[in-house]
Amino acid sequence: MSRQRALVVGASLAGVQSVRGLRDAGFDGEIVLIGGEPHAPYDRPPLSKEFLAGSVGTPDLQLLPDADVRALDVETRYGVRATGLDPVVRTVSLADGDVLPYDVAVLATGLEARLPARWADLPGVHSLRTLEDAAVLRAALGRATSVLLVGAGFIGCEIAASARSTGLDVTVVDVVPAPMLRALGSTAATFAAGLHREEGVRLELGHGLTELDGGGDSVRAVLADGGTVEADLAVIGIGATPATGWLAGSGLSLDDGVHCDEGCAAGPPGVYAAGDVARWWNPRFGEAMRVEHWTTASEMGRFAGRAAAGDSGSHTFRPVPYAWSDQYGIRFETAGRPRADDDLQLVRASPATREFLALYSRRGRVVGAVGINARRTFLTCRRLIQQGTHIDDALARCSVDDRGTSGLTATAVRNT
Amino acid sequence: MKIRLDLARCQGYGNCVFAAPQVFDLDDAGKAVVLVGDPTDDHIAAVRDAVADCPARAIELAG
Repeated sequence: MSRQRALVVGASLAGVQSVRGLRDAGFDGEIVLIGGEPHAPYDRPPLSKEFLAGSVGTPDLQLLPDADVRALDVETRYGVRATGLDPVVRTVSLADGDVLPYDVAVLATGLEARLPARWADLPGVHSLRTLEDAAVLRAALGRATSVLLVGAGFIGCEIAASARSTGLDVTVVDVVPAPMLRALGSTAATFAAGLHREEGVRLELGHGLTELDGGGDSVRAVLADGGTVEADLAVIGIGATPATGWLAGSGLSLDDGVHCDEGCAAGPPGVYAAGDVARWWNPRFGEAMRVEHWTTASEMGRFAGRAAAGDSGSHTFRPVPYAWSDQYGIRFETAGRPRADDDLQLVRASPATREFLALYSRRGRVVGAVGINARRTFLTCRRLIQQGTHIDDALARCSVDDRGTSGLTATAVRNT
Repeated sequence: MKIRLDLARCQGYGNCVFAAPQVFDLDDAGKAVVLVGDPTDDHIAAVRDAVADCPARAIELAG
């Protein structure tokens, strides 16, 4: 019998972890890691933070050093995009014309930044997804005295914080009424708005922009309320979409990500997906979800790799999603799967100490948490969500963890 | 097998504690603490998860 071959498509965090998962589970066949970008896999979270601020360079971002390539015995094909998957004959086609047969494949092609075509080629208008984007943006910020962020999500807020740390005038524009609203929920997002204002960011929220003009030495935005913002450059951070275009015609279900079952299997024999591109059924929360955060990509990559290797121990992938964002030395964290109609229990909210903690519950069980500078207590919250703890017990546990922290009063409010 | 923790890299995300609660914890300053420096076979799989899931790549398993 010839040696088995695993293809990992996407030299991303999830892709690298898939390779590790395959080997951890004893896969002794050939592994080929395919990446569309012209270099080895790198870590993305620092791109909008330490890398932009200049305290971290490219070598610090390596996810798969050469020593690991050898230790894991993986063949790397960087700088060549996958262009198609044929699950019947079990092949992946590459942009250079190669067609690679596989026994198992893990799809981990991640996201593509959303960038409206009318803005894509405007001078002075940037987006941030790749290392190249980050290097161009870092240089542009270095020459600028002001920047406009279009989009108040995690990425926009992180870039805002990085730019403030180097002394730029920063304006953030979004149609939503508070920063990071979708991730944090309205109570924590309103709290976060205060922190950004304290740090000197001009927040233009609740009305989008109607025009963005580039060219010359500056960009100019016209806001829906009639106001204008001028800046040396603009960064568009309005989210990203799953990179599934290459899978058109493969027969896979691709509505908002590669659809997978609770074991990360995408349907056809031997095909799995992991990371930001994968939409899977999470039995812990009883819903299909797609998560665009580091920890899930890491866990899911290894899970999918092990599953692809036939590891019978890997039955269902049921994580408690966790995300963090560091801005101005403030740590924002979310865990679980809070929904707008869950009950919200405020554990604390102290603008003076920049601390916030809230738990979300559904039918009496903790299903989510949002924290700002919550440190160790937030870890407790993740565990409480994992255990499906009753909200009353959870609040008691948070209080114990918080001893020594003043102003602890639990109050119930409806999260609307 | 020995666990090496680089506190200069550690950012206190807590993923190690989540992956291997019997082996890691966070101290009051929010930095990771190794509870069992020489983990037994029972702990090794969880420690490997902790190493892989550390966003700061602050943990090594050697020996």
